[in-house]
Amino acid sequence: MTGRIEKAFAKAKAEGRGAFVAYLTAGYPSMDAFEAAADDLVAGGADILEIGVPFSDPFADGAVIRQAAYAALRNGTDLDSSIAAAARIRARHPETGIVLFSYCNPLFSKGYGKLAGEAQAAGIDAVLAVDLPLEERGELLDALRPRGIGLVPLVAPNTPLDRVEQIAAGLENTFIYAITVKGVTGERAGLPADLAERLDAIRSRVALPVAAGFGISTMEQARAVCGHADGFIVGSALVRRLGETGSLKGPPLS
Amino acid sequence: MKTHYGKFGGMYVAETLAAPLAELAAAYDEASRDPGFRAEFDSLLRDYVGRESPLTVANRLSGSLGGARIVLKREDLNHTGAHKVNNTIGQALLARRMGRRRLIAETGAGMHGVATATAAALFGMECEVYMGAEDVRRQAPNVERMKMLGAKVHPVEEGSATLKDAMNEALRDWVADCDNTFYVIGTVAGPAPYPEIVRDFQSVIGREARRQCIEKFGRLPDCAVACVGGGSNAIGLFAGFMDDPQVKLVGVEAGGEGLATGRHAASINGGRPGILHGARTMLLQTPEGNVIDTYSVSAGLDYPGVGPEHCHLAETGRAEYTVIDDCEAVAAFDALCRYEGIIPALESSHAVAEAVKRAPSMPRDSIILVNLSGRGDKDMDNVLAWKKGHSK
Repeated sequence: MTGRIEKAFAKAKAEGRGAFVAYLTAGYPSMDAFEAAADDLVAGGADILEIGVPFSDPFADGAVIRQAAYAALRNGTDLDSSIAAAARIRARHPETGIVLFSYCNPLFSKGYGKLAGEAQAAGIDAVLAVDLPLEERGELLDALRPRGIGLVPLVAPNTPLDRVEQIAAGLENTFIYAITVKGVTGERAGLPADLAERLDAIRSRVALPVAAGFGISTMEQARAVCGHADGFIVGSALVRRLGETGSLKGPPLS
Repeated sequence: MKTHYGKFGGMYVAETLAAPLAELAAAYDEASRDPGFRAEFDSLLRDYVGRESPLTVANRLSGSLGGARIVLKREDLNHTGAHKVNNTIGQALLARRMGRRRLIAETGAGMHGVATATAAALFGMECEVYMGAEDVRRQAPNVERMKMLGAKVHPVEEGSATLKDAMNEALRDWVADCDNTFYVIGTVAGPAPYPEIVRDFQSVIGREARRQCIEKFGRLPDCAVACVGGGSNAIGLFAGFMDDPQVKLVGVEAGGEGLATGRHAASINGGRPGILHGARTMLLQTPEGNVIDTYSVSAGLDYPGVGPEHCHLAETGRAEYTVIDDCEAVAAFDALCRYEGIIPALESSHAVAEAVKRAPSMPRDSIILVNLSGRGDKDMDNVLAWKKGHSK
């Protein structure tokens, strides 16, 4: 059976565009506003939603997503309520890919086996753990695989290409999250000059679709990236707008 | 190089840090096999830090308790006033070898920040230190010392505004500038290979103490006691006695206002396995897996995780981990001042308090070795404020 994530990339490719992967922090600015924004993003063309689980110590995130996480924690959002929200979103959007995006500790704290069962029941397609590199991912993979849930791996600008191959090896129902810049999440005025070359090199080594993220906030940046990737990921720009205006109605990107 | 300690440790980092950590491990591996590197490190410890540090028998304190003799390993007499400098000199040498000119560090009590700023000045490097805003307030004299030494201090306002938040911010800095920056981690926590590197640089404490004990007393101590926040001074001490099963190893965690109150920083005694700052560790966390704000009168122990090797030593039973609360630590602080003329750091006072507890029930010919990891000048204001708040 082909998974929703594979289908999402295939559909975008067939339509001659890159897949649009949209990140939101669960429960921000409120659980209702988050879910409404997720609906708006699907209506606005998002192929895959990344649902961010707020964590007390978001050390890989820039200011926008950090503040969203702290606010979501204050209003009581946790891993359980994030998974419950994912299940409701799944019920409304049967085709959209859903990725549960988290730091390791909440997942580990729940127990990877229990997590995998709950994620499957919620209709989550894949899990991304920010601080879980190749060396440490075995246990989580072992729990997710029998449930047919993918693991989204990160590839950084300084990841050697041989390691990129090792990272992609054996994964299914997923895509490669190619980080465009060294640093934390957040909007940036410009992307690195060698990004196109780097994305081409990554794609030459892996069969999985490659989506580029970190620092992408405009349609112009997204289009430029999609000449060299199968999809693009937008997070901070959406979270910031949602925080400022309370909704994501209308076109997702300017 | 060792990356896991039983089921603890590892390298739980964002992928961008995987390459810099691999580079660090390779550089350290190579340096540790280079006699020139070792020789330069040893000569700096001797001529700059002032090692070896003496062993002082706490005669009057021991006499007042009856029972075991309490012996102090005087890391407080090192240049900069704590054991931290052993590690920062080592890491700065490593940074120079790797061609990095910019050092960053996280600091809690400020002793590691001061020691990093000191090493940066010594080697002519840039230095930026992240420090929780709460700790900036609690440890003002150390903030001034860092600035005096040419370092830039960034107060971190997020979260609990203490050590863990400083470490988050240091990691964010490093991930953005890992080609030019060397992250000097101050304790045996964090992703591999840091716990092993810091352990190696601090193990001079235990090596010296073991030899000094044999020279002075003709025997090994019955027990070796050290405070544990992240746990670098404790690992440094324990390293010297790991293969001496007759020496009991005792780590002392910060009990704050008491384990039962939840206001403490005792990760091994009060936490459960988790993942933070790159390692699987015993972690103070909510049922949902968020990190709990810790509390201790001593800023240097105020951390929700602990070095992975300590977690493993606790699990295997090779070391025992106890809890000393604020009251007991401050009482031991007073006792050491009055009986021995030594003003200890509040962190080290936790280890002294554990020795004070144990000594009376041990025979007179037994020896408790305490790592006096730092001096207490930085804690004057805190102790006075604490006493004021707790006077009845």
